[in-house]
Amino acid sequence: MDIEWYLVLSALLFATGFLGVMIRRNPVVILLCLELMLSAGALALLAFSRMLGNQDAQVFVLIVLVVAACEVVVGLGLVVAMYRRRLPLDVDEVKELKG
Amino acid sequence: MTATWAWLVLLFPLLGSLTIGATFKVLPERTAGLIGISAIVAAFVCGILALIGLQGEPSESRHVASSLWEYANVGGLKIDLGIYVDPLSIFMVLVVTGVSSLIHIYSYSYMESDQGYHRFFSYLNFFVFSMLVLVLAGNFIMLIVGWALVGFASYALISYWYRRNTATKAGMKAFVINVVGDIGLYIAAILIFKNLGSVDYGTVFERAPEVFTTNEWEIVAICLCLLVGAFAKSAQMPFHTWLADAMEGPTPVSSLIHAATMVTAGVYLIARCHSLFELAPTAADVAAWVGLATLLIAGTIAIAVTDLKRIIAYSTMSQIGYMFVGVSIGAYSAGMFHLMTHAFFKALLFMAAGSFISAMANMQDIDKMKGFRKAMPFTAAMFIIGALALSGFPGTSGWFSKDEIIDFAHFRGGMYDWMWVGMLIGAFMTAIYSFRIIFRILPGPPCEEAEYLEQHGHVIHGEPKNPATGELEDTEVGYPGEEHHIAEQAGGMKFAMAVLGVLALIGGLLQIPGVDDVITKFLEPTFENSVFAHMHPSTEDSWIGLGEGALISIAGIATAWLLYIKRPDLPVKFRQRFSAIYTLCVNKWYGDEIVDFLIVNPVKAFGRFCNRIFERFAIDGATTGVAGLTRSAGAAVRDLQSGLLRGYAVLMLFGILAIAVYFLIRSI
Repeated sequence: MDIEWYLVLSALLFATGFLGVMIRRNPVVILLCLELMLSAGALALLAFSRMLGNQDAQVFVLIVLVVAACEVVVGLGLVVAMYRRRLPLDVDEVKELKG
Repeated sequence: MTATWAWLVLLFPLLGSLTIGATFKVLPERTAGLIGISAIVAAFVCGILALIGLQGEPSESRHVASSLWEYANVGGLKIDLGIYVDPLSIFMVLVVTGVSSLIHIYSYSYMESDQGYHRFFSYLNFFVFSMLVLVLAGNFIMLIVGWALVGFASYALISYWYRRNTATKAGMKAFVINVVGDIGLYIAAILIFKNLGSVDYGTVFERAPEVFTTNEWEIVAICLCLLVGAFAKSAQMPFHTWLADAMEGPTPVSSLIHAATMVTAGVYLIARCHSLFELAPTAADVAAWVGLATLLIAGTIAIAVTDLKRIIAYSTMSQIGYMFVGVSIGAYSAGMFHLMTHAFFKALLFMAAGSFISAMANMQDIDKMKGFRKAMPFTAAMFIIGALALSGFPGTSGWFSKDEIIDFAHFRGGMYDWMWVGMLIGAFMTAIYSFRIIFRILPGPPCEEAEYLEQHGHVIHGEPKNPATGELEDTEVGYPGEEHHIAEQAGGMKFAMAVLGVLALIGGLLQIPGVDDVITKFLEPTFENSVFAHMHPSTEDSWIGLGEGALISIAGIATAWLLYIKRPDLPVKFRQRFSAIYTLCVNKWYGDEIVDFLIVNPVKAFGRFCNRIFERFAIDGATTGVAGLTRSAGAAVRDLQSGLLRGYAVLMLFGILAIAVYFLIRSI
């Protein structure tokens, strides 16, 4: 298969993720969509690595997965904290950092 | 061996000062006094042993340089913690420690009921240590160290009664003026190092004639800078205003620091650097003329003012003027000789004045004193001896020393003849003001205090008042305690005054022209390379000079007798007829006002300008400007911080996209 297909899929996944981040207001869903974007990036990396015939991208993808896991831990921790404080689970409502 | 004794001279006063200062809580007061006295006496004994060691050497090698360790060695500048022992420094050591010992003994009684007894003796020992560092220093850096330390000691002792406003102000004034002089000395040391590559006395004086030609501008500049230091420390014009105010300190302090020792440091400095001053005759002439002006002006002030201690202070300035003229025109041994005899009779005069002031319960105004002849016969006798020596009465020490300087000026001739005339006039005034004090406070019907003393046998109990302002002051740190002590009833005071009285009378016998010349011969090794070394008036001329001096002194005393005993109406008439001159003199020729006008007020105005204009607009403006800039920049971009998470995400994405597109376009 041509590499284009992979890249198109990756772009579609990324766009989907970004749309999700943009449209949804629930932090849990936003985190999910972020994961989607990360995975899209990882897919593109793998595709290029396949095309060039080396395995370097595998390492990058593993690192990306680890970082993504960490990020989810932090993000979900925030969500739990918001829930405990009985804040609305809506990122538009949580804007006390407004300048 | 000589050097060891010299180091011990330095060690004892320092140890004394530290011991008393560290143990003041447990040490009984009298013990502190005894430690102070014995430290100085020990230093005096070591000084004599050093003298014996030095005299044992052949005359051409009578100088020893010794160094404890190297203090600094940077960029060619080598500074040793070193001393230089030669006849001149030993001479100063003996004068300083000898007079100091007597003044310590005097203070032991005089300060008896003062609450700060320990502090007083600790400071006094510290002063002696500093003065010895000054005279024994082996290079200009050590000299500066000693110079600054005596300045501090003088400050601490002038402000000794620290709850007295006038005293603390006088201390500050003295300190500030002395620091101005110190700066002159620093600049001189820097110039000396720059031109001669060393600050050691030996090297500097040896190399100076090779490097400089006579009156080259750099050597003149060096000498003038040295003179700034000398003028400030020795209270010569225009730096003289601090000395009269320094009389706020306890009387023993006035006697030791502001008459006998510290203020003569300038004379010592010129004598020490004579080989530099002989290369810069212009600077030496400046010093001589300044000395002459000071001796005349201080003399006129001393005739007009009525504060007992201040009269003697102005007389000190005047006598130091003589010494300045002496060492500047080449009469080195005469100048040093006058320094010594002056130390004797001026210390004695101050001690006697302290005794009178005690009897007056701290009043210093001679207008209020009268008829102390019978009440205080010993003090009166001592005061008369001191005044006779001061006015150069034939046979006394002052007669020999002062007239030797005056003769030398006549001997040099030319423009120095004007100095000769000026100094003769000065001598006449000296006799008048010395005996003005005597004729006003000794004869006549006794005043209240004298009468009380005569009848009850002890000093009248007065309110502790500040003599300058009349304010009441607390006795804890005020005037020497509640009890006042007079020489008639205090052994220490009596002993010290008796010894000085004898010295003031016979001290001159050391140097009778053509007979012994002890001082000249003793100091010869120091001044042997001087161009004036073998120039001196013949013995006949010296005796003619001494005859003139005797006549002038007797004429002055007779004039004083006429003015203050025979025709007491004359001074009053004179005062009315020539009120302008009187006002000028009694206001000290407006010295303070002139300094205020020329220096203090412009500096104050500059300070006010800096405070009101520069600080407010330039410095405040710069800081508030930076703060305002940051604030307005913040306000401008604040709206970007919406707090909306998704907004940030969009901005980030499009930002990254924009960067990516930019690089894509560039790579095509």
